[in-house]
Amino acid sequence: MALQEAVLEPGVRDFDIQPHRPRRGTVAENDSMNRALGWFSVGLGLTQLVAPRELARFIGIPDQPFLLRFLGMREISSGIGILTKKEPSNWLWSRVAGDVMDLALLGIALKSDESNRNKVLMAAAGVAGVTALDWMASRQSSEASGRILGLKTRDGMIAGRTAMTINRDRAELYRFWRDLENLPRFMNQIQSVHRRDERISRWVAKGPAGVRLEWDAETVDDRPGERISWRSLPGSRVENRGAVEFEDAPGGEGTEVRLRMEYRPPAGVAGALVAKLIGQEPEQQMREDLRRFKRLMETGEIPTTDGQPSGRSMMRRDRKYER
Amino acid sequence: MKAVCWQGKKKVSVERVPDPRILNPRDAIVRVTSTAICGSDLHLYNGFNPAMMRGDILGHEFMGEVVEVGSGIRDLRVGDRVIVPFAIACGNCLNCQESLFSLCENSNPNAWMAEKLWGYSSCGMFGYSHLTGGYAGGQAEYVRVPFADVGAFRVENGLSDDQVLFLTDIFPTGYMAAENCDIKAGQTIAVWGAGPVGLFSIKSAFLLGAERVIAIDRFPERLRLAREAGAETLNYEECDIREGLDYLTAGRGPDACIDAVGLEAHGDSIQYAYDRAKQALSMETDRPIALREAILCCRNGGIVSVPGVYAGFLDKIPFGSVMNRSLAIRTGQTHVHRYVQPLLKHIEDGDIDPSFLITHHLSLDDAAAGYDIFSNKQDGCVKVVMHPN
Repeated sequence: MALQEAVLEPGVRDFDIQPHRPRRGTVAENDSMNRALGWFSVGLGLTQLVAPRELARFIGIPDQPFLLRFLGMREISSGIGILTKKEPSNWLWSRVAGDVMDLALLGIALKSDESNRNKVLMAAAGVAGVTALDWMASRQSSEASGRILGLKTRDGMIAGRTAMTINRDRAELYRFWRDLENLPRFMNQIQSVHRRDERISRWVAKGPAGVRLEWDAETVDDRPGERISWRSLPGSRVENRGAVEFEDAPGGEGTEVRLRMEYRPPAGVAGALVAKLIGQEPEQQMREDLRRFKRLMETGEIPTTDGQPSGRSMMRRDRKYER
Repeated sequence: MKAVCWQGKKKVSVERVPDPRILNPRDAIVRVTSTAICGSDLHLYNGFNPAMMRGDILGHEFMGEVVEVGSGIRDLRVGDRVIVPFAIACGNCLNCQESLFSLCENSNPNAWMAEKLWGYSSCGMFGYSHLTGGYAGGQAEYVRVPFADVGAFRVENGLSDDQVLFLTDIFPTGYMAAENCDIKAGQTIAVWGAGPVGLFSIKSAFLLGAERVIAIDRFPERLRLAREAGAETLNYEECDIREGLDYLTAGRGPDACIDAVGLEAHGDSIQYAYDRAKQALSMETDRPIALREAILCCRNGGIVSVPGVYAGFLDKIPFGSVMNRSLAIRTGQTHVHRYVQPLLKHIEDGDIDPSFLITHHLSLDDAAAGYDIFSNKQDGCVKVVMHPN
């Protein structure tokens, strides 16, 4: 509840919007765990680099110095990342990815006749143990920083903020936004918003893979010309909240608009990570929404090239001819 | 319609593509009567812009006749003869209102892409890669002009296409380069590159009061045009430029230096081999040979003006020279809209006839040949103008 208030209270402008507190373990405990993993990475990496043959014999796999040296470089870079970065979560996650790769390679080795099955199984058990530690450390580190591979999160919700200066006056921008039914004109994911009464509105959005998502939201804070905030009603399928603030730009040159939104991704944070990988970064989408708002308000239209000609359709036919 | 399409490095072809249509209220459709190949098109042609896609329609210097207007257009009528700046500007944003049209905040639909590379985006541009919007260009029979109420200028008098076509880019670009030099009477300006933009820089520098202009190039026909424009010339294959400029300015250096070359500079020094190698290894996007030289040659406290196009990351820029000698660097994509009316007046008054640099008139169908001879500076080529019909 406290976190919800943090969004809904004034302060969209504050740059530091994420008062992170590690929830499990203290900073020092996390730190010593991370440090140990970092040094482990560096140590293992150096062994792989310097003595790949001995190591191969030790874990019972065929002699592959090139592969082991490559894995050693990977270990060392993860280690250096973990030991030197203030915010090491990405590098800790890189260890998890590395562990998965190692387990896969050991799995392949297990099928080879040249491997010593017992030794390989022992090694795999060891890696599995380290994987568990890495997984824990990565999760803790991500929770502490609110970032999972670059995705900003808070309390399991995706969090984003963005700002733009719009060359129109505050009252006009506020009025347009306040009529929530206008939002689909510039918010790409939102298909429609229907007002039920002064406070409650029904939102329909296009979710991942075209899934239709619907929820009711209430307007929480409504200060004419200054601020609008909203949140989904309890029990909504997509829990979300947001706030937009309007402020005169310095020198009377338009209005500074700051937008903050948080939502619980329908497919979980993992789903949001997948979406990010295919280019749908939530904060970038927010920025594009706000940019479309600016363009619509300043120029009366949203510039596009969608529907213009190109030589591409022709070429597809050419390729067919080529075969 | 027919359109010139980018098909990959050193490959363009004329294709049949669908006609453009109105997509937004402030659009207009223009039937192209003349369209030129710009030196900056060669950067695309030579594969220096990774944001090009096969099938993109090229061309950002074009003019023609309005054949259709959107519902939001008031002052433009079907049948109007117009020239269209390469930079697309909305006229409403703060930058447009401050006449910084090439920094329009609204015209690039792919602003996010430019933000990743440049920090913030420039304006959208015709036919100049998806980094600047991916707008279909004007080397075609028809072109869609967004924000046509701001970006289509009527030219009603008896001037020919050849005389006004270059108001779309290279004349304003050369002029802005000279203007950026803050020329005071009696000053000496050096211009690297006597191609179309360099030649317009020379003419503009004189219009703005320069006493001497020194042009640097290696192609005889370009050096000749520079001399005809009133410049002294240096051929960098025949002399050391720093030494030459130092001698000509009696140990002082030119008051301002204009780099009208950009990212594909050539040279005959070890530097050139170094930059070619780094470019080939993708360790550097641009070859700033002319820029380095312009900086080192410039007078203490002088101005280095850069109309030449740079795209990404440059290496070994002598910034110590810039800092310790109080040099100023002025650059930018041209704010074309600002210059159309005043430069049109110069043309009408007979101060300048921009058609002097056209060496080739071709049919649009011969675009591939046009790119080839312009890129390879064959057949004395300085400027190619194409006509769809």
